Amino acid sequence: MSDAIVNRRQSIPAVLNPFQQHALVLADQQVMSDGRAALLQTLRQQGAENFKRATWPGRKVEHWKYTSVQALKTYESAGWATPVKLPEGFCSERLMTLNATRLVFVDGALDAAVSDSMPAGISLFSEADTLATQLISSHLGKIAGSVDPSRRNLFAALNSAWTAEGLLIHVAQNVILEKPIYLVHISTGSNPVANQRTLMVMEQGANAQLIEHFLSASGEAPDSGFVNTLTEIHIGQNAQLHHTRLNLEHESAAHVGAVHVNLMRDSVFNGFTVSEGSKLKRLDYHLNHCGQGASLNFAGIYLARHDQLVDYHTCIEHRVPHCTSQQIFRGIVGDKAKAVFNGRIHIFQDAQKTLAEMNNRNLLTSDSAEINTKPELEIYADDVKCAHGATISQLDDTALYYLQSRGISPSQARMMLSFGFVNELLSGLPIEDVKLWLENWLRHRFSEDRSLVSDVNPRVKSGADL
Amino acid sequence: MLEIHELYAKVEGKQILNGLSLSIKPGEVHAIMGPNGSGKSTLGNVLTGRSGYEVTSGNATLNGKNLFNLEVEERAREGLFLAFQYPVEIPGVSNMEFLKASVDARRKHLGLPDLSSFDFMKLARESSQKVSLDPAFLKRGVNEGFSGGEKKRNEIMQMMLLEPSLCILDETDSGLDIDALQVVAAGVNAMRSSARSFIVVTHYQRLLDYIIPDYVHVLSQGKIVRTGDKELAKELEDKGYGWLEKEGV
Repeated sequence: MSDAIVNRRQSIPAVLNPFQQHALVLADQQVMSDGRAALLQTLRQQGAENFKRATWPGRKVEHWKYTSVQALKTYESAGWATPVKLPEGFCSERLMTLNATRLVFVDGALDAAVSDSMPAGISLFSEADTLATQLISSHLGKIAGSVDPSRRNLFAALNSAWTAEGLLIHVAQNVILEKPIYLVHISTGSNPVANQRTLMVMEQGANAQLIEHFLSASGEAPDSGFVNTLTEIHIGQNAQLHHTRLNLEHESAAHVGAVHVNLMRDSVFNGFTVSEGSKLKRLDYHLNHCGQGASLNFAGIYLARHDQLVDYHTCIEHRVPHCTSQQIFRGIVGDKAKAVFNGRIHIFQDAQKTLAEMNNRNLLTSDSAEINTKPELEIYADDVKCAHGATISQLDDTALYYLQSRGISPSQARMMLSFGFVNELLSGLPIEDVKLWLENWLRHRFSEDRSLVSDVNPRVKSGADL
Repeated sequence: MLEIHELYAKVEGKQILNGLSLSIKPGEVHAIMGPNGSGKSTLGNVLTGRSGYEVTSGNATLNGKNLFNLEVEERAREGLFLAFQYPVEIPGVSNMEFLKASVDARRKHLGLPDLSSFDFMKLARESSQKVSLDPAFLKRGVNEGFSGGEKKRNEIMQMMLLEPSLCILDETDSGLDIDALQVVAAGVNAMRSSARSFIVVTHYQRLLDYIIPDYVHVLSQGKIVRTGDKELAKELEDKGYGWLEKEGV
C-alpha cells in the first residue's frame, strides 16, 4: 500500500505554475549577439533547468515559510521592461550626490546619458573585451553556485536564466579605487519585469567601495515592477571591499535580490544594507569564507509599515579555519507589516578558531505588526566561538524618562529613540556623504509617519503561540 | 521656590520617604546627606516624576505649582532639573539634537522664540567649553561612550543651557576625579543666582568644599533628622552617621 503511494508520488511530473512557465517564455524572448549568447549559454541553460526543478515557495518550504510570493501572480503575462527616459532633474533630486563613478541603470539597461563613463575594468557583458570575457566565464555563476544546492534560492537560478546582459567590475591586483562605484538601479514600473546581474572580481590586494542603490522612478506613484537582482563578488587574497546596498523602492514594487560573496585568504568584506518593505521584498546574502584569515562585518537595517513585507535571509559559511564574522541587524515594523530575519551561520568541520557573532534586534510599533526572527546555527567544528542574540523589544523606559526630564514630550522622545535605534548603525559607514544622506532619509521617514515610532508596548508572542 | 510638605513615597511597594518636609527659598543651596538607602535619590526621582515612584501622601510645589499634577516633561519646562547620578546613554541620537530639543521645549514653554540652528550651535559650543567638554562631544550619541566624568559634565552643560530655577544634583560628585569635580563645581557656582536654587545630594563633604551650601540636611529613613550649616557636613565627615542614630534623633 505504502509502496504504491511512493511510486505514484514519484511518477507525478513536475507541473510548472503559470509564473514559472511564463518566466521561461520570457527567457526565450531575449535576443543576444552570437558571441554573448555563447558566453552566457551554459549559465542560462543551467539556470532555467534549476528554476524548473526547484520547489515553489510555500508555507512548507522552510526558507519561504513566512514570506508569500503570491504577489508574483501579477506577472504571469508581464513583458520585459522597455527603458523609459528619466524625468528632468531626477538624478539630482533622488540620488545621492557623491564623489563617485555613477552608473545608472533604468529597468535593467544602462542609461549612458546620466552615467559617468566607465573606468578601466568596468564593462557591460555586451561590451566585454578578451580579458572581461575570460573573467566572466571563469567567475559568473560560480560564486552563487558554490552554495550547497539545497540552500540555493530559485530566484537566483531564474536570474541566471534571465541573464542576457550584466555589469562586470574588475579591480586588478593591488589597485585601490579612489572613487567609490555607485550603481543605481531605477525601476520605472512602466513595463513590469527587469533582471539585473552584476559580477565583481577583486584581485589580490585590491581595495574598493561599491554602492548599489535600488529605487522606483516615482516616489509616489505605484511601481508595478518585478526586479530580480543578483550580485556576485569575488574578493581576492588581501583584498578589501566596502559594500552598501539600499533597497528603497516604492512599496508597490516586488524585488527579489541576492548578494553572493566569496572571501579569499585574509580578505575583508564590510557590508551595509538598508531596506524598506514592499509588496514583496526578499533579500538573500550568502557570504562565504573560502580562505583563512578572512573577516567580515555586516550591518543591516529594515523598516516595514503599512502592509509591507521585508525578508532578509543571511547565510555565512565558515568553510575554513581562522575567519571572523560579525553581523548586526535591526528592524522596526509597524502597522500590519511583516518582517523576517533568518540568520544562518554554518561552521564547517575544518573551520576551527572561527569567531562568529550575530545579533538581531527589533522594535514592533503596533499590535498587528509581525516579526519572525530566526537564528540558524550549524556548528561542526569544536574549537570555535559563536554567539547570537535576537530580541523583540520596546523602547527603554529609562531613556524615555531621561528625555522627558529635559522637557521633551513623550511623543517626541519616542520618535527620537525609535530613530536612534536604527540610526546608531549608520556610524559604521565610511563615506560621510552616504551616511548623511541616509540619516536624512531616515529622519524624514520618522517625521512624516508615526507608524515606525514605538508608541505602544506590543504583545510579543513566542514561537509556541504562533 | 520649593515647598515639600510631609512627603511619603513608595518604590516597588517599599516605603522610602516617610514624611519629608523641606522649604527652599530662591538663591539657596541645600545639601542633602545621609547613609545609603535613606531616600536621597528617591527624593529627586519623586520630584521629577519618574514612573515607579509612587507618592502616597504629602505635596510639593515649585513656584506655587503642585508638581504632582504635572507630567515629567511639564515639570522640566517649569524649571525643575535633575542632574542624574547615572546619565543615560542613547546611541543613535546626537547630543546636539537632544540638547536642541530640550532647549526648544523649555523656550516654547516660556514663550520665547526658537533659537536658530546657528545660534544654538554657538550657545552649545560655549557651554561645552565652560565645562571643559570638547565640542566634538556634541556630535556624538547622547552620553555614548562618555567616561563617568564626561557624562557628569554633560549634565552640567544641559543645566546651563536649560537655565532651570531649581537644580537637583544627584550624587554628581560620585566617580569624579578632583579635576572634574572642580570643573563641575565651578559650573554650578557660575549658575548660582538669587533666582535659582540648588539641592545637592552627596555622600561626601568634599563636594561641599567647592559648592558651599546654605543648609545641610541629614536624611535618615526617609525624613530629615537634622539640619545645620556647612559645619554639620564636617561633623558628619568626622563622626559618620552612626552618632546621629545613637542620639536617637
